[in-house]
Amino acid sequence: MRPLITWKYASPQHFYPLAGKLIPWFVALTLIFGAWGLWLGLLVAPTDAQQGEGYRIIFVHVAASWMSMFLYVVMAFWAGVGLGFNTRLSSMMASAIAPTGAMFAFLSLWTGALWGKPMWGTWWVWDARLTSELILFFLYLGFIALQAAIDDPRRADKAGAILALVGVINVPIIYFSVMWWNTLHQGASVSLTKAPSMARTMLLGMLLVALCFWMYSIVMTLLRVRAIMLERERHTEWVANLKEVRP
Amino acid sequence: MLTVSDLACVRGDRRLFAGLEFAIEARNWIHLTGENGVGKTSLMRMLVGLAPVEAGEIRWHGTPIRSLGDDYRRAVCYLGHHNALKEELTARENLCVGAAVSGIALGDDAADALLARVGLAGREQLPVRFLSQGQKRRVALARLLWSEAPLWVLDEPFVALDTAAVAWLAATLAAHLAEGGMAIVTSHQEVTIAGNTAQQLRLVRS
Amino acid sequence: MSAFSVFLAVVRRDLLVALRRKSEVLTSLFFFVIVVSLFPLGIGPEMDLLRKIAPGVLWVAALLATMLSLNRLFANDHADGSLEQMALAPVPLGLLVGGKIFAHWLVSGLPLVLIAPVLGIQFDLGSRALGVLMLSLLLGTPLLSLIGAIGAALTLGVRGGGVLVSLLTLPLYVPALIFGAGAVEADISGMGAAGHLSLLGGLLALAVFFAPWATTGALKIALE
Repeated sequence: MRPLITWKYASPQHFYPLAGKLIPWFVALTLIFGAWGLWLGLLVAPTDAQQGEGYRIIFVHVAASWMSMFLYVVMAFWAGVGLGFNTRLSSMMASAIAPTGAMFAFLSLWTGALWGKPMWGTWWVWDARLTSELILFFLYLGFIALQAAIDDPRRADKAGAILALVGVINVPIIYFSVMWWNTLHQGASVSLTKAPSMARTMLLGMLLVALCFWMYSIVMTLLRVRAIMLERERHTEWVANLKEVRP
Repeated sequence: MLTVSDLACVRGDRRLFAGLEFAIEARNWIHLTGENGVGKTSLMRMLVGLAPVEAGEIRWHGTPIRSLGDDYRRAVCYLGHHNALKEELTARENLCVGAAVSGIALGDDAADALLARVGLAGREQLPVRFLSQGQKRRVALARLLWSEAPLWVLDEPFVALDTAAVAWLAATLAAHLAEGGMAIVTSHQEVTIAGNTAQQLRLVRS
Repeated sequence: MSAFSVFLAVVRRDLLVALRRKSEVLTSLFFFVIVVSLFPLGIGPEMDLLRKIAPGVLWVAALLATMLSLNRLFANDHADGSLEQMALAPVPLGLLVGGKIFAHWLVSGLPLVLIAPVLGIQFDLGSRALGVLMLSLLLGTPLLSLIGAIGAALTLGVRGGGVLVSLLTLPLYVPALIFGAGAVEADISGMGAAGHLSLLGGLLALAVFFAPWATTGALKIALE
């Protein structure tokens, strides 16, 4: 009987070619979901009666916020697995996810600002979600900066894992505390996602853009993890035998 | 008995050593030598359980040290390059605190008695930063006198010591071995311990 | 020796060291006082405004002052080899680390709590609000020491550790800041500070449980 899970791909040597084969498929999925989602969001979805055309940025904004939070949890998961089971590949995955997660957090903040200007006449409101997103962005930066500051990759992996796990425990607490803070200081409590009536096409569009971002994250993570593997394992035989490495 | 089998050490990208095998039995000691940078300190840090083992196994009386935890830490006394002394505290305070952290209660009088044995009588109340390098090393070595550990792992213990202190340390080592202890010592000088010839272990660049 | 006396030995040791290195301890306290006193100069002396910003200013200054003292927590012990000996001691490292964190709070957190009312008077806080401010700092500063210890341990021996530690820990301080400053504000506006304070207490309990554990893990990595 075959084992339920095959561990073969847990080693960089076997994962490297597999990742290379998977990338084109995920690129295709990214393009399909992206085109479909944007078509729905930009062309099909009706113009909002109160907010005009400007509201359409939420198709990007909401999906980016979702992805940034989701990726932090995924990153912490892989980092934790790497710390607990000492599997190199998991730690490399965590390091590979971090920049994409930070990019989505930044995208969410940026699109939030772009939406805020026409809606409320200001680039920035201390809305609970935006504030949490900002802190999440800082958490990503901390993770990346810590790993960049440590020369020994194994130590960087482990230290990053502890930080990511501490962060993942803290994210709900931070989110809750910011919500609490926001409800107490009334006046700025405008929620980005509280669109008057969420039409079905809008929801579908948002989901499709989120799927597109998800696939994009997978593509970027695989690309980056392949680069990390080559860099860290440059002295091993399997890297030396790769046809793209051999002269 | 400490048994080391097929031990390997990797620092960054470099493999310092691999396939290292040796054992220390009761009443025996190992004199570890080798050029700078061959991994003597790394080996010692592995032996005491500070550094993770890349490959191979270190066993204490047959059990891997990883699974022994505090039992192994009780059995080892390690002296590294650093003296592990707080400059602001007096020699006496350093000694008492060092013992307390290891779970051993050491009174002021007992600490003074130990300091007298390392030749620091009359300097018990002096903050350590006013002591010379050799005197600081002696305070650090006083740890060997309260430690109940059978295995001593000493990284360059003779550095900065004068001849009297070197003789004192050799005698202390001899007494420790005679009581059934064991030791592994790095040193660039010859070390003679009365009544006990060392096993020589020389690390070479691979 | 019992676990508790080992804990006390570590606390005593760190207090002795701090006592003989007074300037470092006083630096972060003066920093707290100066930062808080600068705000009225930057904002203007209208008492209504000052009363409104006082909780936030005092709390942010407490955060920064704690931050300033974090480097001292493990760096010296790491440099002189004491940390290695602690990791090799046949007692749980978490216990020793807990002792160090407690001593850190006594040296750099407690003085902030004690001086805070004096600074609060500069901002025209009422006596009730001053009491709540002290209480919130009493619950909050140990929390800052505990969370900060994780950051200090993670950046031990790392290039640019001093700046990095603030990048790592300041975002994690957000809940403490919100509930701490919020407690004082809630009291001033007559809503009652009990909710904020109990949440702060809850966070402290959580941190007492988790932070030494994470710190120990980070220290072991740094010592490898």
